[in-house]
Amino acid sequence: MNISNQTVPLQQTGLNAADVMMSNPVTGNATRVKMTARDVKVFYGQNEALHGISMDVVENEVISFIGPSGCGKSTFLRCLNRMNDTIDSCRVTGRIEMDNLDIYDPTLDVVQLRAQIGMVFQKPNPFPKSIYENIAYGPKLHGLAERKADLDDVVESSLRRAGLWNEVKDRLHQPGTGLSGGQQQRLCIARTIAVSPEIILMDEPCSALDPIATSIIEELIDELKQNFTIVIVTHNMQQAARVSDRTAFFHLGDLIEIGPTNELFTNPKNKRTEDYITGRYG
Amino acid sequence: MPNDKITGHYSQAYDAELQQVVERLLEMGTLVQQQLADALQAFINGDLSLAQQVVETDRTVNRFEVDIDEQCLEILVRRQPAANDLRLILAVLKSINDVERIGDHAENIAQHLLDATQSDRPQSAQLDDIQQMGQRVSVMLQQALESFEKMDAAAALAVLHQDKAIDSDYDRILRHNLTYMLEDTRQISSGLQITWVARALERIGDHARNICQYSIFMAKGQNVTHLSDEELQQVVDKQRS
Repeated sequence: MNISNQTVPLQQTGLNAADVMMSNPVTGNATRVKMTARDVKVFYGQNEALHGISMDVVENEVISFIGPSGCGKSTFLRCLNRMNDTIDSCRVTGRIEMDNLDIYDPTLDVVQLRAQIGMVFQKPNPFPKSIYENIAYGPKLHGLAERKADLDDVVESSLRRAGLWNEVKDRLHQPGTGLSGGQQQRLCIARTIAVSPEIILMDEPCSALDPIATSIIEELIDELKQNFTIVIVTHNMQQAARVSDRTAFFHLGDLIEIGPTNELFTNPKNKRTEDYITGRYG
Repeated sequence: MPNDKITGHYSQAYDAELQQVVERLLEMGTLVQQQLADALQAFINGDLSLAQQVVETDRTVNRFEVDIDEQCLEILVRRQPAANDLRLILAVLKSINDVERIGDHAENIAQHLLDATQSDRPQSAQLDDIQQMGQRVSVMLQQALESFEKMDAAAALAVLHQDKAIDSDYDRILRHNLTYMLEDTRQISSGLQITWVARALERIGDHARNICQYSIFMAKGQNVTHLSDEELQQVVDKQRS
């Protein structure tokens, strides 16, 4: 099992996730652990895709998952908000907690969980509705805003936080699908933050975007981390280096190394990490 | 000869580019080693023509520095190296600066001879001191460049410690010189020459020491500037997980 030096073994501390303070591996300041994963294994039928992943995610950090295709980084990301539940043959073992809450508790409301742990996908996927409706849908569904005025406020503040308000404020009732790729992705981020999540999972959010749209999203990630914890899967190592506080390297279903991004990209501790990030993998 | 530590990239052209900057650095190092040997020989034998040649070589050394700097810049821009590749480029960029400065010091040694008059020739005992110190510095420089080529932190550390002996040589030569100059004021001019040459050699030892530090940084990923001997040893002994 691969447990990073930064992880706090809960079973040894006798504390719950919500109580655990750890020293931020980047800043050195005391920080709260937001999520913990312990010995997480994922099976697709008989095939074990993840071999016991253990790590902590710290509140208000940006953490990147990198690794070659098929290494399990997206599979693990999808475990963090139970997206793998939607795959019939998929089985998850181990324990994942968010704020002292076992997210695989069978009594848990999964829809509510996914509001707390939002997700942004590789390809922008706005609903075939107006920009306004794209944002308002979630808060209405979760009963966060019922009056029109409240909804208007949520729509505006979400679009502002996603850096999109000035570009769309005059065409809120036009289709979201009419926006450019980068704008659509920011619309999806606005839609995610409209339901006030605590964690945002991003699965290669910029892979379909041009460099300028990518820069805007990266800038946004930097701003969003003031209020959210962000976990991002990316194939673009420069992007991981630019946006994340910590980086985790996955390989063949194992977590090989996790550490502060600047250290991992200048002086990785593991030979396999070094081979991958220098292009000598395989 | 290809460096066996720079292999295995998907792009063989990239490995070749990295190998080439190391080869060019070593080529520059070899040129500067020769420049230093010639400068010492010229100074000790009073060979003005060889001294002139040393001064002229400096232009070639400077060109090397600019060329390698550009090659590194191109790799940074086009390849965005990471981890050990990034450390290699940073170490080369720093090393060429030190190697170029060594060339400047060799040039200075030759220039002191060219600027001196025949009556200023130091005594043979003084020249013996310089020859002995120069020999030590040349060996250190040679071994520093070898440790860089092999990316061998342990070897680099052993070479780095040689700088202490060079500093002792320098102190000893200064003391001797002072005695000569106090005993006979006519020796002040030649005494100063010896002091300047010894000073240049001492500085070359410092630059060789820097190159050793870059080798350790390259191999171990840790900046070891300003570390104590004990801390240096710990860095070099540290094994990868």
